[in-house]
Amino acid sequence: MINYIVRRVIYSLLVLAGINFLTFFLFFSINTPDDMARLQLGGKRVAAEAIARWKAEHGYDKPLYLNLKAGGTAMLTHTVFVENSLGILHLNFGKTLEGRDIAWELGKRVGPTLAMATPVFIVAVGLSIVFALGLMLFRYSTLDTVGVVALVALMSISSLFFIITGQYVFGKLMALAPLSGFSPGPGMFKFLVLPVAVYVLSQLGADTRLYRTIFLEELGRDYVRTARAKGLSESTVLLTHVLRNSLIPIITSAGLLLPALLTGAIVLESFFGIPGLGSFTIEGINNQDFAIVRAMVFFGSFVYVLTYLLTDFAYAWADPRVRLQ
Amino acid sequence: MKIVVLWTDWVVFFVLAATLLYAWNVLRTPHLASTWRKAFASPTGSAAATVLAAFVAIGVLDTLHYRRLLSNSTGTAPTYGTETLSLLDHLLRKQQAGKERSYSAPLAYLAYEKEAVTTNGETRRIYPRLINAGTHLQDPARDRAADVITRGLVGAIKGMFVAGLLACLLTWFKSRRNGRGLAAAWSDIRSGRTRMPLRVVLGTVSVLCFLSGTVLALSVEYHVFGTDRVGNDLFYVVMKSLRTALVIGTLSTLVTMPIAVGLGILAGYLGGWIDEVIQYIYTVINSIPYVLLIAATVLILMTFIDNHADLFPTAANRTDARLFFLCVILGMTSWTDLCRLIRGEVIKLREAEYIQAAQAFGVSTWRILSVHLLPNVMHLILISMVISFSGLVLAEAVLSYVGIGVDPAMQSFGTLINTARLELSRKPAIWWTLATAFSFMFTLVLSANIFSDAVRDAFDPRAIHN
Repeated sequence: MINYIVRRVIYSLLVLAGINFLTFFLFFSINTPDDMARLQLGGKRVAAEAIARWKAEHGYDKPLYLNLKAGGTAMLTHTVFVENSLGILHLNFGKTLEGRDIAWELGKRVGPTLAMATPVFIVAVGLSIVFALGLMLFRYSTLDTVGVVALVALMSISSLFFIITGQYVFGKLMALAPLSGFSPGPGMFKFLVLPVAVYVLSQLGADTRLYRTIFLEELGRDYVRTARAKGLSESTVLLTHVLRNSLIPIITSAGLLLPALLTGAIVLESFFGIPGLGSFTIEGINNQDFAIVRAMVFFGSFVYVLTYLLTDFAYAWADPRVRLQ
Repeated sequence: MKIVVLWTDWVVFFVLAATLLYAWNVLRTPHLASTWRKAFASPTGSAAATVLAAFVAIGVLDTLHYRRLLSNSTGTAPTYGTETLSLLDHLLRKQQAGKERSYSAPLAYLAYEKEAVTTNGETRRIYPRLINAGTHLQDPARDRAADVITRGLVGAIKGMFVAGLLACLLTWFKSRRNGRGLAAAWSDIRSGRTRMPLRVVLGTVSVLCFLSGTVLALSVEYHVFGTDRVGNDLFYVVMKSLRTALVIGTLSTLVTMPIAVGLGILAGYLGGWIDEVIQYIYTVINSIPYVLLIAATVLILMTFIDNHADLFPTAANRTDARLFFLCVILGMTSWTDLCRLIRGEVIKLREAEYIQAAQAFGVSTWRILSVHLLPNVMHLILISMVISFSGLVLAEAVLSYVGIGVDPAMQSFGTLINTARLELSRKPAIWWTLATAFSFMFTLVLSANIFSDAVRDAFDPRAIHN
């Protein structure tokens, strides 16, 4: 078990290093600091001195990978790559174009995003499992067919539709929830209801259908026949035998939901005015602030790798065979 | 007239050629032909395929681009218009040219907003008549309903006539093929006694003909779906959006397919350190949430296009280049799933007897990969392409909303929804832009989803369940 965990942790660290290198390559080699400076200072006719000054201000004035002017180990360390990447590794993301510290912004904005993402995650996975199990009770009946048709239709609706109509109907016409905004503390509940509901609804179709297929596959196995032959009731078979054995694929897909949540947060937060990581990303994109986007890419990947790791541990918990490998 | 072929046009032509080649190959290969027959034998699948085919036809019409000849006097070089048009633009030139000043409701004859109009020296704020809709009506308040119904009916009848013609053609074809009488062939089709669900296909075709006949007849004198903020006819805009959606849905998977397939087969077959490296690469790429990766690359792309404006002479070239790169980027972030699937399949196939036999005969590795393994993972490629299509169409809308999708000047569902995001909160609510965009998108994605279900069930009832 410990062996397994250690191996997964080391691999995750390697992946993080790879991501760090990849994002650096994207943001500094394909798109050089000169391009960035020109974009920020505006236009093509920018004096070379202005570009140099901008680069010095933002700490991009050293060579990218190899500093030939410096001697010894400084040849490798006095570079943009090392200074930037090592900074990111101890969570120093630099500053936004307006001069705010990105790490501080992240710390401030992580709360609202988590406050929205956690209930979404729990409710979406829970509801999908419940619905899928419900369909299992009526499998191969008309109700099942109707359910599947409804799920496919639900899958085909753009999430933007749910957001826009949800906001219009519940926020404006019925005035049940505030249109947008956020307040910390217990007051956040009323602001979060609508975004959470909208997001769960837009996820429901795909997830329920996936779980339904997983359950169907499990139901065809021999142990299910044995359980039925023992005279167990259908609900016992479903809830204790099938559900338990379907956990591995469910954990996998639930793990995949997490990066999807980050994606969803970007759109939802800007629609509902929640000052979280998503709206921070939008701000970065709109201002063409590469430092913000890069920090978000790294942060998002970090969360993702962490989820992968947790998924691996969850595997080990759910399936003893994984532990023994 | 000067033919213009944009980057995405090349790829669309390539896709069409590849599809035809594949179809020809399928017809010659019995087991593939029978599998495809199974996919089309499902009634819902073939209905969805019919709808998709109609959309694709519109998309192809919109892919044949040209620039209009402005003057061609002898002795001087001919000059061409700066605007790149497509065959669809030509067919819908009335709708394209029929712009209004701003919003107007579907089938309206008055504008959405009041304007100050001076008549007989007296200035009043009234709803002005539209410039290009309902202009033929003498007393619109009285005549419009009757006019709309007559025109709609005439269009519908024309559409049904076309559908009837198609039905006759199909019956004739069927009777020739089976060597039976026309009446017998027709009764076979009508009662569903054909191998393929021709009845369902004909039904779908009639519905499509009915709807498009009505809409086309009405769109000559009215804005069937209303107009948007700058007064563009939404019918025209949504038709143009179809190509963008189709291009994104197909090209993204296609552009990166060689990478996914190549790396997947290599990793699965060779194993060892090559497998480790390839797995590492796709884990790294897979670990970056795709929106963020796309945001990053699109930002970089925009900087590149801004800094190299000379590479893109016309606006169409620029928006098209952005669409093309968006497809590449979308593909780059999604090839990992296909790669992993193929790797898994190849690991299984590697132990198969025919591969071992090939190895024993001393067949070169390259030949084993290309001749023995590639055809046997084709179905995975196909399924993943069909499955990812609808997801990509939906993703485009979200990305354009976030500001990292297609160029804002390009018509697409995303840009349409993005410009309309605040319209519902106006009073009275402007619902038609969103309604049009969402209903077309829903139809496209739903038929893609249903079709992909049919294809998946036919090819591999158990392999992919996502």
